[in-house]
Amino acid sequence: MSEALHIHHDTAVSHDVHHSGDHGHHHQSFISKYVFSMDHKTIAKQFLITGIIWAIIGGLFSVLFRLQLGFPGQSFPILETFFGHWAKGGTIQPEFYYALVTMHGTVLVFFVLTAGLSGTFSNFLIPLQVGARDMASPFLNMLSYWFFFLASVIMIASMFLQTGPASGGWTMYPPLSALGQANDGSKLGADFWLIGMALFIVSQLMAGLNYISTILNMRTKGMSMTRMPLTIWALFFTAVLGVLSFPVLLSGAILLLFDRNIGTSFFLSDIVVNGEVLPNEGGSAILYQHLFWFLGHPEVYIILLPAMGMVSEILSINSRKPIFGYMAMLGSLFAICILAFLVWAHHMFVTGLNPFLGSVFVLLTLLIAVPSAIKVFNWLTTLWRGNIRFTPAMLFAIGFVSLFISGGLTGIFLGNSTIDIHLHDTMFVVAHFHIVMGVASMFGMFAGIYHWFPKMFGRYLNNTLAYFHFWVTLVGAYLIFWPMHYEGLAGMPRRYLDKSIWVSFNQFGSLDQMITIVTVIVFAVQLMFVFNFFYSIFKGRKVTTANPWGATTLEWTTPIRPGHGNWTGEIPEVHRWPYDYGKDGRDFIPQTEPIGANESKH
Amino acid sequence: METVMNQPKKKLHPHKFTLWVAIASILMMFAGLTSAFIVKSNLVGWSNIAIPKIFWVSTAVILVSSLTLQMALRAFRQREMNQYRMLMGLTFVLGCVFVVLQWIGFKGLWNQGVHFTGAAGAGQFLYIIFGLHALHVLGGIIALLVMFIKAFFGKVKLYSAVPVEVVATYWHFVDILWIYLLVFFLIIG
Repeated sequence: MSEALHIHHDTAVSHDVHHSGDHGHHHQSFISKYVFSMDHKTIAKQFLITGIIWAIIGGLFSVLFRLQLGFPGQSFPILETFFGHWAKGGTIQPEFYYALVTMHGTVLVFFVLTAGLSGTFSNFLIPLQVGARDMASPFLNMLSYWFFFLASVIMIASMFLQTGPASGGWTMYPPLSALGQANDGSKLGADFWLIGMALFIVSQLMAGLNYISTILNMRTKGMSMTRMPLTIWALFFTAVLGVLSFPVLLSGAILLLFDRNIGTSFFLSDIVVNGEVLPNEGGSAILYQHLFWFLGHPEVYIILLPAMGMVSEILSINSRKPIFGYMAMLGSLFAICILAFLVWAHHMFVTGLNPFLGSVFVLLTLLIAVPSAIKVFNWLTTLWRGNIRFTPAMLFAIGFVSLFISGGLTGIFLGNSTIDIHLHDTMFVVAHFHIVMGVASMFGMFAGIYHWFPKMFGRYLNNTLAYFHFWVTLVGAYLIFWPMHYEGLAGMPRRYLDKSIWVSFNQFGSLDQMITIVTVIVFAVQLMFVFNFFYSIFKGRKVTTANPWGATTLEWTTPIRPGHGNWTGEIPEVHRWPYDYGKDGRDFIPQTEPIGANESKH
Repeated sequence: METVMNQPKKKLHPHKFTLWVAIASILMMFAGLTSAFIVKSNLVGWSNIAIPKIFWVSTAVILVSSLTLQMALRAFRQREMNQYRMLMGLTFVLGCVFVVLQWIGFKGLWNQGVHFTGAAGAGQFLYIIFGLHALHVLGGIIALLVMFIKAFFGKVKLYSAVPVEVVATYWHFVDILWIYLLVFFLIIG
């Protein structure tokens, strides 16, 4: 114990540790307990609730632009009531449409599925599952949330600008995003976007530093690296990806800010806008794409890995079986982490990329199928002949596996540079990444929320609403995104405002209407989940046992409502790996239990 | 999985470890910028620049400041607090001199007609890359200032060398980063 505790005496937490041993909790003002809190659990909840608010905003945006896609040009007078000149006469104006699409992507990718997902669960689970009182630097951790909050405020503010928020697509490709003359969204909105994202990156870097050094330095006695739950491994690789790739986006954003405001030509060359010849020369728009996608592709795994980790954990717990192939799971996470940095140019196959170079990226891209397939195989074999308990978390975890398979398969299509000539920028791409990255990670997040809600708030979510939420969301997700594959294969482009004059796509008119209607329904059900979430925080069924799911990991050895410092006495010592389920005739053996004399090996 | 983790005697302090990860992260940003430089230098309209001589002076200054900070760290470990305060103060001053020299270098370059507008060239990258480096030095200066003030007014006597070591490591890092950037501009710029 001495070594692990010794470290804590240097950090800010030690103060709390002494107190919690003496008399339960000590006095904190409302501000230091709930607002500028340094407790990792409170910061996790801050990330989660901010993420939920962002998800409602981002989801609402998708409903709005789906209205335009399903019913092009039709008037919905209520829209004018709310959005004024953005929806003149009740129809969604082109600038509004592009702003909606852009902000939907930005909000969901960065603010919900990066900050809301890994921000919540890294903060919550890392100290609890490795056996630490708090993060390596609780202060840095607090700063990371407040930088995220500031980034959120700026992003929200950009939506209330006269000229609207950024609207050149979530990737912000120059020259469109660099020239205010080009469209309204590239005026002040793009600057807000870039500054907001710069702050967001700073927040993610501070968070990532903390996650990595906590996992590597603050584990309790006996918690060797190979005794860590897979959630922690996944969150570790997520943090590594973020720390190494976000700075590159920052450099791209800085250069773009200079191009926009100071007149440099990093990304701009030989441009005529509305008859005006611009002086910029020698810039390369492709350079931006390289800088962007060097982050952009790892970003996909920053989103996906936390979901994978949580799903592994939840599948094992609710199958009452050890995870199949722990080391293979670990190795495949590592392989994905390495390959994530080597495939970015597959987003740029049709930018005039050298075909030979393209074929290298095809090979590396298709290689990702190997670790992905290993993971899928291991999830399915974990389920195989398990004593499955269909808790809401388990359903969402299984749903994740389903979505990951069906979305992953289309990735093999898109990873081919030749097939990509036909499929790029079509609805096929939209369908692919929404299923495999967007909805799948959302499912991972829901699984995590349903599973760890009792630990977070000491209460359960309502099960009936949860089952309803799951089935409508799963069926809805497939109804929304599956048909988009057909549209994309037929060549229907993404991002277009109105395709109705395109005679060959008229056959998809009613299909698009169906997608839009399902989107509205699914969105409404998500609001029901939000209601369940907030209602249950205050009125949910109370947790009465410390370990409601019968799990082996350390977070369930804490009190039902742990204080700052997590454990009242000493931090427990770990004696075994976290997946001893159904062993030697016992349902589960906690990690804290010493290895017995006659115990079989796993 | 039977092996119990052996607690090594000298384990890296979490704050130091965090710093090393942060250094990796900062390096990635500069790697992004310098690789953008290489890509851009092969495109039309590129113009090279002569590195102003004053950057050699600033190189000498930051190298000396690394030395003084290292001596300060040694003085701290030997509990020679007066010497420690003096050396910390000296490092702080040298750090400020470095930033001022960089600023003078930028002004000299600007007066030679290297501006932001118009065709792209090494000069624009130089402003941004050296400017971002100077920002990182400024961060170090603020940390030095905090340490310096603590050395005089700190109510609690601190015997742990960790904060000083963290600052020293960071300072050596921005020093080495500067050498890398200068050599980069000399060879490729």
